[in-house]
Amino acid sequence: MTILACISYVPDTAAKIGVTADGSGLELGGAKYILNPYDEFAIEEALLQRERHGGRVVALTVGSDAAKEILRTALAMGADSAVIIPATGLDSFGVAANIAAYAKAIDASLVLLGRQSIDHDSFQMASTVGALLGVPSISVVSKLEIESDRVRAERDIEGGKEVLEATLPLVVSVQKGINNPRYPKLPEIMKAKSKPIESVEPVAVSPRAAMVRYQVPQLKRANKILGDSDADIAEFVRLLHEEAKVI
Amino acid sequence: MAFNGVDYYQLDELLSPEERMVRDTVREFVENEVIPIIEEAYQQAYFPMELVPKMAELGLFGMTLPQEYGCGGMNNMCYGLAMQELERGDSGVRSFASVQSSLVMYPIYAYGSEEQRRRWLPRLANAEVIGCFGLTEPDYGSNPAGMITTATKIDGGFLLNGAKMWITNGSIADVAVVWAKLDGEIRGFLVEKGMKGFSAPEMKNKHSLRASVTSELIFQDVEIPEENLLPNARGLKAPLSCLTQARYGIAWGAIGAAMACYDASVKYATTRIQFGKPIGAFQLVQEKLATMLTEITKGQLLCWRLAKLKDAGTLRPQQVSLAKRNNVAIALEIARLARDIHGANGITSEYPVMRHMLNLESVKTYEGTHDIHTLILGADITGIQAFSS
Repeated sequence: MTILACISYVPDTAAKIGVTADGSGLELGGAKYILNPYDEFAIEEALLQRERHGGRVVALTVGSDAAKEILRTALAMGADSAVIIPATGLDSFGVAANIAAYAKAIDASLVLLGRQSIDHDSFQMASTVGALLGVPSISVVSKLEIESDRVRAERDIEGGKEVLEATLPLVVSVQKGINNPRYPKLPEIMKAKSKPIESVEPVAVSPRAAMVRYQVPQLKRANKILGDSDADIAEFVRLLHEEAKVI
Repeated sequence: MAFNGVDYYQLDELLSPEERMVRDTVREFVENEVIPIIEEAYQQAYFPMELVPKMAELGLFGMTLPQEYGCGGMNNMCYGLAMQELERGDSGVRSFASVQSSLVMYPIYAYGSEEQRRRWLPRLANAEVIGCFGLTEPDYGSNPAGMITTATKIDGGFLLNGAKMWITNGSIADVAVVWAKLDGEIRGFLVEKGMKGFSAPEMKNKHSLRASVTSELIFQDVEIPEENLLPNARGLKAPLSCLTQARYGIAWGAIGAAMACYDASVKYATTRIQFGKPIGAFQLVQEKLATMLTEITKGQLLCWRLAKLKDAGTLRPQQVSLAKRNNVAIALEIARLARDIHGANGITSEYPVMRHMLNLESVKTYEGTHDIHTLILGADITGIQAFSS
């Protein structure tokens, strides 16, 4: 079974990101980039499924040359090979089209992704890739069982679980809780340095959505800070009652 | 908020991407696996054994030894960075890794027979076997040459008698690398748990390194088979060469503890309000933070250069003494300043600073006291040794 684990290179959650004065772009400053946290679950799930069913795990990213760093992480965790499609500035459809084209080229049985990338949070990769491949997709999965070509997936829903069945080939986006991603073994990090990262030509597609502008959210309420005297406490209760209307 | 290191001089640019990834992986491991459990272990005075298989899985034991023995085959920069991150968690956890790697695996690799290497190194690397190192004795600390533990030749092996003290991991070790005099010459022996006449009682009631096992090793007519003698170690220089390896890791580790104290202090100083403003707004607190950052940055540069020299094979033990002496001293000073900044909160287990401060009192003394390293440098500068009897 060929498993494609799709991963993305995103600004660290602690990064302070601003918007350019004209709203046309983002100011990332010296933000540190990391492996998208949800994609760690995708790599781990790919490795676990390979351990159970055999086959190979290919890690793929669509992005800039710097994103090779996370491919090395995937290799150090145990992926068999790593591929970069060097394309930047694509909309979600463009990324999905490139993933789908590559998945098709290697005849992947299972495409795994994180439930979302924490940069633009568009949440549409699994379903778009599935649609482009003409295969089913299941999003935000918290448990995945495969038996020959039958797949059983669990999704967390409000107050319970939803259980779905499908057949391979399949696209699945995974959720926190599906597994505990392993740490890359330190010697494997050094070995990953000498493993090749294959570069595949991007597929050109017309964007389906264009970014119009970025905007910083306006603070609707001015916060108030009170002291700790008795009068302040009385004022606090009054504000909760009359302004916030929560008591 | 996650710990992002202390890097005022963009020293990350001096590291390779792989070295950074090794550092970041150990950092994440410490954040997720060590920090959540370490205060409890420290308060209750036990070593968190559950970390050992996880550390082995990560590849933290025998990082620099060859892969053909199941070890990591990594460079000394990686080893140093890993020790730095472990000690950001706790000096006791770093001590465990230092002993296993530098004081047990290293001498077996450097002075053992090929058979001993193959028998012990893979199992020490995967932590199936835990090791300890016995050099110091109750009456011979800074002066190990005076040791009275003795081995005598008997048919098929040796008879070992004596006692060792302040032995990290002693009571939990499966194998002890023990240094004893055989016909007046210091030799190394592999003493195995369960050998008749060998016991390793734990030393209790420590105020420091409470999340670490410290023991005595007692040998009463312990029969050591011939094949447990390290054939290539003769004289004091053999155990001292092991200490050079460990001290190298300590020089890095101390920076980890200092970084933890600095990081906690910055967070505390910018959020603790007194007189209507953060205490970080006061000049006396700013001066402390500036001192901490300056000393950490200097210590990091020492470590980086030390790693380069070690990887180039040109490192002199005296250069390790300089870094161990300086970095532990500044880490202890930083921990004390951090405790001060934290006020009364600094004495509680809510903050890591007093644990680091108390740990560093041991780190200042073990593996060559601060003063002994001063005299090693003094001897190197003047050519006159101050501590010979």
